[in-house]
Amino acid sequence: MGARVYVAIVVAALALAALPWLRLPAFYASLLYLVLHWAVLATSWNILSGYSGYISFGHGAFYGTGVYATAVLAGTFDVPFLWTLPVAALAAAILGLALGAVVFRVRSVRGEAFALVTLAVTFVVATIVANTPIDGGPGVYLSSVPVPSLAPTVPGTFYLLALALATASVLAARAIADAKLGLGLFAIHDDEDAAEVMGVPTYRYKLAAFGIGCALAGAAGGVHALFVSYVTTAGTFNVTLPLTVILMCVLGGTRHWAGPMIGAAVITLLLYATTAADHAIVGKALTGAILVAAVLFMPHGILGRRRDTPAMRVAGASNVAAPSPLAEPSFAAPSPRASGAPLLALRGVTKSFKGVRALDGVDLDVREGEIVGVIGPNGSGKSTLINVVSGHFAADGGRIQFRGDDIAHRTPHRIARAGIARTYQVPRPFAGLSVADNVTLPAMFGAAGLDRADATAAAQEWLAFTGLAARARLRPGALNLHETKFLELARALASAPRLLMLDEVLSGLAPPEIDGAVALIERIRAQGTTIVLVEHVMRVVTALSDRVIVLDQGRVLAQGPAAAVMARDDVARAYFGAAGA
Amino acid sequence: MTLPSATLVAQSALSGLFIGGLYGLMGLGLGLSWGLLHVINLAHFALAFLAAYLCYQLASVGGMDPFATLALIVPLCFAFGVALQWLLSRFDLSPLNSLLATFGLTAIVEAGIQGVWTADFRKLETPYAALHWQVGTLYVPAAELVTLAAAVGLSFAVYAAMRFTDLGRALRALAEDAPIASAFGIDARRHALVLSGVCGALAGIAGVCLALSFTLTPSQMYAWIGVVFATVMLGGLGSPLGPLAAGIVIGVSEALTSAFVSPSWAPIVSFTLLIALLLARPGRA
Repeated sequence: MGARVYVAIVVAALALAALPWLRLPAFYASLLYLVLHWAVLATSWNILSGYSGYISFGHGAFYGTGVYATAVLAGTFDVPFLWTLPVAALAAAILGLALGAVVFRVRSVRGEAFALVTLAVTFVVATIVANTPIDGGPGVYLSSVPVPSLAPTVPGTFYLLALALATASVLAARAIADAKLGLGLFAIHDDEDAAEVMGVPTYRYKLAAFGIGCALAGAAGGVHALFVSYVTTAGTFNVTLPLTVILMCVLGGTRHWAGPMIGAAVITLLLYATTAADHAIVGKALTGAILVAAVLFMPHGILGRRRDTPAMRVAGASNVAAPSPLAEPSFAAPSPRASGAPLLALRGVTKSFKGVRALDGVDLDVREGEIVGVIGPNGSGKSTLINVVSGHFAADGGRIQFRGDDIAHRTPHRIARAGIARTYQVPRPFAGLSVADNVTLPAMFGAAGLDRADATAAAQEWLAFTGLAARARLRPGALNLHETKFLELARALASAPRLLMLDEVLSGLAPPEIDGAVALIERIRAQGTTIVLVEHVMRVVTALSDRVIVLDQGRVLAQGPAAAVMARDDVARAYFGAAGA
Repeated sequence: MTLPSATLVAQSALSGLFIGGLYGLMGLGLGLSWGLLHVINLAHFALAFLAAYLCYQLASVGGMDPFATLALIVPLCFAFGVALQWLLSRFDLSPLNSLLATFGLTAIVEAGIQGVWTADFRKLETPYAALHWQVGTLYVPAAELVTLAAAVGLSFAVYAAMRFTDLGRALRALAEDAPIASAFGIDARRHALVLSGVCGALAGIAGVCLALSFTLTPSQMYAWIGVVFATVMLGGLGSPLGPLAAGIVIGVSEALTSAFVSPSWAPIVSFTLLIALLLARPGRA
């Protein structure tokens, strides 16, 4: 069914390509050109910013790079206009990739900080262009550059060029949304850290989306340079361009490939209808009012929730059906039974937060096939241990070996692919994805590395395994706490990990729910998955663990069989304070 | 490149200080609303310009003293701020969507200003415009000194209010964790309305300062967005004194670049500084 959309897009584009031969008045060709031009800008912005939530205010910089690449090459160096367009795209892409290569490495540059960096880059590029021979200040005239005759009329030619770019943009946007890249970007939008821990190469994905978007914007800039035939820095690099583009995308819907295109058409036609005559002022006010109304009453845009299934749109559909019977999945993890070989080995691992030593030289081994319970008082470093092994935080010192490889300096997504999965104490599902897609994602990106079809099938089985099959089409927000915790488990299992780290999966559950979860963990172990269990519920730790490790103030205080460890005085003191105190 | 004279450098630094004060004053209300209410209020610029035009109208045409217009403009802008928050709080808006909604509002206000006062340049002619002092070789214009004084005074007043009044403490608690603060009996809605009103009033005062020293045209409101955003981010969201300090840093660095290199290179300093600071900021993991 996916292929039909691509065919439809291409057929529609070919049909629209016939328009210039119908001898429309030049004025209509120009208006249609503008619609398509804005569709390219909005769609290209949306590939990074709409899909992944990295709102860029710098689209003007990349568009402007394309404008000036064509202006300089065609205007000053007499390069044939069509040849300047690939250069315009490339120049914009290089600027975007260079910026992204720096910015996407910095964890704090998200949200408003990213918006601001990209805005600032716009002004920096504008200042450089205005003060160098690229422009020099007065602007660049392109009136002597010949327009290639692709169509019977000059406006027809521009229309065809914009149509080609718009088709490419929309095809790219749809293909990305359907591909692994798109799923990864949607996950980044909802929770970037969790996405990375589940194996999404977030840095590369953001960079790829940015590069594609910038290249398309650059090409659109190149065409527009000749269309307006006189370019200035003030007219090219400004705040209104990114704001208009964002407005179009939000109006149309940023999660949908066609949303920006529809938003661009609506806004462009609206601006035209109101500014063409004498009521420019009324038009401006009306556009503003429509924006206010659209944002307040349609925050997800015209196509915002179109890709949801009907079930997902039912907000409170939490109690639609009884959980399906538990089923044994066929995509189980590789199962070497407790072989005793060390799977995970930590030596002298340290991690400090602002001077507080959360881990203070931790040595421990986890052997293949065993369940290790990690206990300790609050603040003893249990969660930090999981965060450091999964790569969420980099260790300050020490060695972490997984199956003989040093993973201490690997990025979280590579650790996930090597076969380590974790759950979060406070569940972090991807709020914008369906429950099924939440589980499909780690099956594709984690150690299992399945393709989309197999991952979807595996997700169904893991949802059945955790009793969530009836919830597959809902959004995670419709689940209760117990179900959300099980979803967290299903996601970790779907990646087919060799080592599963469970961070207080039982906290907050009622006693009967705990019994269900314990049975589930036993069934996971029965498949041969090695488990590190951080837990406060003592009877669970005692019942499940082969071995218990006690952490206290970032150090391993004791380890061994649960009963023996709990009988020790120093362990009791760590838990209950000094005797008689 | 010849080095400018010491007087020129000092005069540039001084004018940078003055314009920086205005950046800080514009950024003060924007940053408070952004940091404490999570509303990125682009209409702040529209409101400042509306206030500037009202000041122009009352003073130039109505013959009022420009400073007396504050008695009308400040309550009006306060009411605008309250009304805006009243409207926005009825919807569950993300900060980005608040930015877009207020962008729409800005376009409406811009159209309104253009409808009443046209897109032509307007300049408030007052006795204060010519008033200045000569300090050694330096020229100190009265209007800009007043702007700087207002920026410093209001920044410290907001700082004191945030620290020492119940309202300020309640606002800080709400910004930190609104549900918990509400559980302790703080009326989140009422406080947000008051704060938004205060931000509106600050925009009004900034607008009057704008009218004292600048020639007005409606589209000019967009020219302030970039640099004032930079000021707010540099100074820290919700910080009362940060925007003032950041505004002065940006203003002085721009003015010195203008003097040493060329005015056309001035924007690159503040924005490069901003990019560098954002990248060097410690991660909030």
